[in-house]
Amino acid sequence: MLATLAVVALITADLRFNQLETTRAALDTVAAPIYWLADIPTRIGDWSDEHIQSRARLLEDNQRLRRENLVLQGRSHQMSSLQAENVRLRALLNSSALLRDDVLVAELIGVSPDPVRHQLVLNKGESDGVFMGQPLIDASGLMGQVVEVSAGTSRALLITDATHSIPVQVNRNGVRAIAEGTGALGTLEIHHVSATTDIQEGDLLVSSGLGGRFPVGYPVAVVSEIERDPGLAFARVLATPSAALDRSRHVLLVFTSDPDQGD
Amino acid sequence: MVDEGPHGYGIILLSFLTAYVLAVLPLPQWALWARPEWVALTLIYWTIALPHRVGMVTGLLLGVGLDVLEGAVLGQNAFALVVVALLSLMLYQRLRVYSLSQQAGVVFVLIGVNQLVCQWVQNLEGAGARSLLFLLPAFSSALLWPVVLHVLRGLRRYYRVS
Repeated sequence: MLATLAVVALITADLRFNQLETTRAALDTVAAPIYWLADIPTRIGDWSDEHIQSRARLLEDNQRLRRENLVLQGRSHQMSSLQAENVRLRALLNSSALLRDDVLVAELIGVSPDPVRHQLVLNKGESDGVFMGQPLIDASGLMGQVVEVSAGTSRALLITDATHSIPVQVNRNGVRAIAEGTGALGTLEIHHVSATTDIQEGDLLVSSGLGGRFPVGYPVAVVSEIERDPGLAFARVLATPSAALDRSRHVLLVFTSDPDQGD
Repeated sequence: MVDEGPHGYGIILLSFLTAYVLAVLPLPQWALWARPEWVALTLIYWTIALPHRVGMVTGLLLGVGLDVLEGAVLGQNAFALVVVALLSLMLYQRLRVYSLSQQAGVVFVLIGVNQLVCQWVQNLEGAGARSLLFLLPAFSSALLWPVVLHVLRGLRRYYRVS
């Protein structure tokens, strides 16, 4: 009986009043070693992948990376001139300067064991400067945000979690929308898009930065399916996240420099 | 017997710790839904074996730990495990004389109840599963019950935990 009361009190405190965040952070610190233990098999796999490779494969990798490097270098030269141009044009338009974001590389040490809960455990915490609500990206797009920070680890919520939403805009024409997680990895749903809105399959959705939480301009998802039912007020729009949500082992935590603070 | 009173806390703790590690072990995508409820299985075993020492309070503490590990609402697994512990406390005398297959049947129901409670709390949060797949762990756990039983019974007898 007592146990049941305690449980009900706990659930209410956590769900309705968010009273337990500090307790949770402290407990998370204790839980970190368990994730570390559970991660050992994966790390052994990674290690053997790195160390037990044939010379031919290494050479091949090396060549491929050189080629890629060349291409990327070429692009980055182009980028710098474009960036300079962009800054000039922005100055002409009197809009605030576009700042570059700093990032911190974090490694994944665990994923939520519960299939309906899309969360990651990262090996960077408060001592590395990670903060609540910090955006998380990988090489190909936005992944989610930090929802719990403890001393040495943190927990991030992915954009596909059923409790997550993110403000986006269509890259092609700037139409704004909200992309909500569906609980299925690989599908986002864009809600409240009126039937006449100009949005097409294949459109890239980027973060709009309107919520004040995510930085502007990171790719979020690509529209994969649109269903315009004349009987419904809104079109049903589904999108596929750009980031490799279930494959990235290394992720980037973004530190956005706030243009209003001006340092 | 020279030493009386309870001993072997280490073994019980170690088994629960192992269950925790197994509970967060990374699994491939296709196997995610079928992950056996290791912590609940271990709790059921110890409740049947040592009902005077392991029970609802153990379930409560274990559940809070599991909630923290899973990043679930604090109290979700705690609630489920308290219910599982209560049911196993009510059934332990019968369970002890059951055959292995009958025990597995009861474990199926117990883990099913565990999943239903978890699902119920998750729905309060608005993040429930959309299909009946969340009941799959009941099958996988029942299938694994003989293994858990033999390993833990072996440990209990070897270290004379009583």
